[in-house]
Amino acid sequence: MELLNHDVLIVGGGGAGLRAAIAIGEANADLSVGVVSKVYPMRSHTVSAEGGSAAVIKSNDSLDAHIYDTISGADWLADQDAVESFVNEAPAEMIQLEHWGCPWSRDADGSVAVRPFGGMKIERTWFAADKTGFHMLHTLFQTALKYNNITRYDEWFVTRLLTHDGRCQGVAALELRTGQIRPIAAKAVILCTGGGGRIFPFTTNAAIKSGDGMALAYRAGVALKDMEFVQYHPTGLPGTGILITEASRGEGGILLNKDGYRYLQDYDLGEPLDVSDPSHPRKRTMELGPRDRLSQAFMKEREKGLTLEGPYGDYVCLDLRHMGEKKIDKKIPFVRELCRNYVGIDPVHELVPVRPVVHYMMGGVHTNINGETPLAGLFAAGECACVSINGANRLGSNSLTELLVFGARAARAAVRFSARQDSVAVEEIQAQCQAEQQRIRDRFFQPKGGKETIAGLRAELTRTMESGAGIYRTEDSLRAACALIGQLKERFREVELADHSLTFNTELTAALELEFMIDASEAVAHSALMRTESRGSHQRTDYPQRDDERFLKHSLAYQTENDPRIEYLDVVVTRWPPAERKYGSPVDGKGGKGD
Amino acid sequence: MPEKTMTLEVFRYQPDEEEHPRYQNYEVPYREDWVVLDALNHIKDEIDGTLSYRWSCRMGVCGSCGMMVNGDPKLTCATFLRDYYPSAIRVEPLNYFPVIRDLIINMEDFLHKLDDVQAWLIPKQEKTVEEGEYLQSPAELAHFKQFSMCINCMLCYAACPVYGHSQEFLGPAAIALAQRYNLDSRDGAAESRADVIFQDVGIWECTFVGDCSRVCPKNVDPAGAIQQAKVTHTKQFMKELLAPWGNR
Amino acid sequence: MSDGTSRLGAAPGGKSKEYLRPVPSTWWLKRKTYFLFMVRELTCVAVGGYAALLLVLAASAHNPDSFHSVFSWLSASRWSVVLHAIALPLVLYHSITWFNLTPKAMVVWRGEERLSPVLIAGSNYVAWVVVSVLIAWIALR
Repeated sequence: MELLNHDVLIVGGGGAGLRAAIAIGEANADLSVGVVSKVYPMRSHTVSAEGGSAAVIKSNDSLDAHIYDTISGADWLADQDAVESFVNEAPAEMIQLEHWGCPWSRDADGSVAVRPFGGMKIERTWFAADKTGFHMLHTLFQTALKYNNITRYDEWFVTRLLTHDGRCQGVAALELRTGQIRPIAAKAVILCTGGGGRIFPFTTNAAIKSGDGMALAYRAGVALKDMEFVQYHPTGLPGTGILITEASRGEGGILLNKDGYRYLQDYDLGEPLDVSDPSHPRKRTMELGPRDRLSQAFMKEREKGLTLEGPYGDYVCLDLRHMGEKKIDKKIPFVRELCRNYVGIDPVHELVPVRPVVHYMMGGVHTNINGETPLAGLFAAGECACVSINGANRLGSNSLTELLVFGARAARAAVRFSARQDSVAVEEIQAQCQAEQQRIRDRFFQPKGGKETIAGLRAELTRTMESGAGIYRTEDSLRAACALIGQLKERFREVELADHSLTFNTELTAALELEFMIDASEAVAHSALMRTESRGSHQRTDYPQRDDERFLKHSLAYQTENDPRIEYLDVVVTRWPPAERKYGSPVDGKGGKGD
Repeated sequence: MPEKTMTLEVFRYQPDEEEHPRYQNYEVPYREDWVVLDALNHIKDEIDGTLSYRWSCRMGVCGSCGMMVNGDPKLTCATFLRDYYPSAIRVEPLNYFPVIRDLIINMEDFLHKLDDVQAWLIPKQEKTVEEGEYLQSPAELAHFKQFSMCINCMLCYAACPVYGHSQEFLGPAAIALAQRYNLDSRDGAAESRADVIFQDVGIWECTFVGDCSRVCPKNVDPAGAIQQAKVTHTKQFMKELLAPWGNR
Repeated sequence: MSDGTSRLGAAPGGKSKEYLRPVPSTWWLKRKTYFLFMVRELTCVAVGGYAALLLVLAASAHNPDSFHSVFSWLSASRWSVVLHAIALPLVLYHSITWFNLTPKAMVVWRGEERLSPVLIAGSNYVAWVVVSVLIAWIALR
């Protein structure tokens, strides 16, 4: 069997993976880079990001302001050295993307335009109308085409990391078109597989987001960090979970309860300004509060019976009507397109029904500031990694920038690492891959008379996560979730496939993805159970206060034979000592009270 | 009340088991707010796990789920059952592409064509990151923006009979993306793309059926891109013919 | 960037047999838009044929006798009426479809706004009317 071999292998062809590939492609034409992706790269979920990407570019802004917004948004759980590097490197990365052709929206003078996002003191979100992720991904993909030293493995599905001698030396990957499992050896492997929002029933995430990279690393003995922090985006469409971008609020949209009242003013998010007031929307206030607080406000409002009831659960309304047709079409045309095509309403004239939906995982594969995991030769970047700059709640529009900054950083670290390696242990790699092929054949292609179905287990898993580890959590709900996940793990052994063919077997990939999802869910639920405090997106009704004494720490979940082992790691604090998180600007509009 | 249902006639091709494709009928629940993709997912989850198709974002931007629905190329995530009920819906893989299995087509050809047309920015003037961004006015952005909206869903190719007859044809999306860069004020490589775009199997193969633009879910108007490139090439040709001494 | 998949060839036991659906010769009957396209293309025969006829008329202009015979056939023969009855709608269809397609090829920008396609197509019709009136004026003077 021909051994496929690269200096650096990237798993995942989304924003982070492609940015990393280009960084290596540019660094040295003699280095060979492989990009394995289970979908064609331009199908990756980066494509769905709408609102924008943050970086300091305007003269009224400052790096410190971006750092402060990120750290306070993170409820002080972010590593401050990582945030500083991130913010410092963000502008250059964004300009680089502009040089590669990204069609950023512009000001009249031809410079890049910015808009405000939730939790920001000063507007600094670059945008390409409201298809920012789409344009960034296609720009990166098309730019990557230039480099002859990048080899793509489109529609190859990584099933296992191959490690030998304490070092990650490649992957076993299923070529979907032929059904063959092949070893791909590499001196360094970078995981860029995105998050795992699909472990929840209502999510903005695409079908492919099943926590693959997180589970791969977890199984290889690497810790998953801060997995209990799951971000709910306050404005998703009920039923489908389709995202209505935060830019709709950044451009002036307001949230109303069933009485048409701007309920956010009751939740410590400041005073509302009239929509006709030139200062509306005010930064770090009301609709431009952070995502965790807005989603929590929805839950409280629902408890009071002030939300509306629909076929897909309770909802509130996003009012964009005052923006007018022209501004909506110019600034957020995709929002209008989505509302018309998927809900049959026109936001120019009607209210948009919205509810919080799972959007982003702050946690992920434990890495340092260079994207290095504790396993030699293994790196991670993007949503699947936890550096951490996002802490307990990610600031809107930081994730797209994170793909660029840490995709490039991980690539540089992987290049340095691979330069120090002479070779890979070919025979061991091949033997491990053969064992993996055997495992999959035995497990999924031998009829055993099992009674479980993929869809059945998946539905139970997502229901369990929503009820046990949703926006508000308790010890009871989390214990129940942990127990159910344990049972699902057992029951997964009874899954029987109807499809035993080799060519493009999507039932097999669905099974492998479900297995990944169960592992990621286990880490989320157990980490949440152990964190007996409330911080950012992790809200325990039985422990409603933040507890810096015990929990100004990252959690690290390690896989064991039984329940995961949870350890803790101190948060890096440089210049911003933990303080109270305050939103709602005073009337003069000059920053928040807590600034 | 018994649940309303409708029939999906689905193209099946399983190369491991059979030589030829066939159609298989599935009875699915009818829901007002279901799209064709929801019905396929219902089949996959509840009726027949062997049915294969691509999908991901289910919000019309990843471009995975293009299929023929009653003979029209459609994104199945944005095609509602209610527009067909109570008649049966026939679902087939995108026209003119080789079928790998069931509803999954082989689109490698398009990726090679993206390479051929150099669908990336080749700057007119090199600039370092330290020198900041290229300035581009909103008007300059508007000139190419429409062609940058292509999601590579391949519906335009499935609508193009010219591509159906000759896979050599560069095709709508690849040419639209080449034009996207040609018209970008930051780009300076229109001339180096010209050889590929202006060749016989480039724009001049197009007979202007116009269906590519009609089926495009993102309003990219590839037919427009091709005709505009024809105008550009014709002008160049005439200029060279009438004033061979002048610079192009 | 090269893609790994195509370099690898068929792996043992897992060769992928792709199915290419044949394009039938009746493809243009499968969609209304294809059919209308074929009609548009075929109308060029009428346009070309009628242009040839006018050329014959023009070529005979130096000889009054032959000009007169061609002209009288054109203006009086029953066949000529049938010919015109067929040619006119075809030529009209041809012209109108192409007029309507011009905005695809012709893009006029005014800042960030594109000049409306209706205006661009409309200008064709205006020009058409003006030229027709002019010819009528010369002919009927």
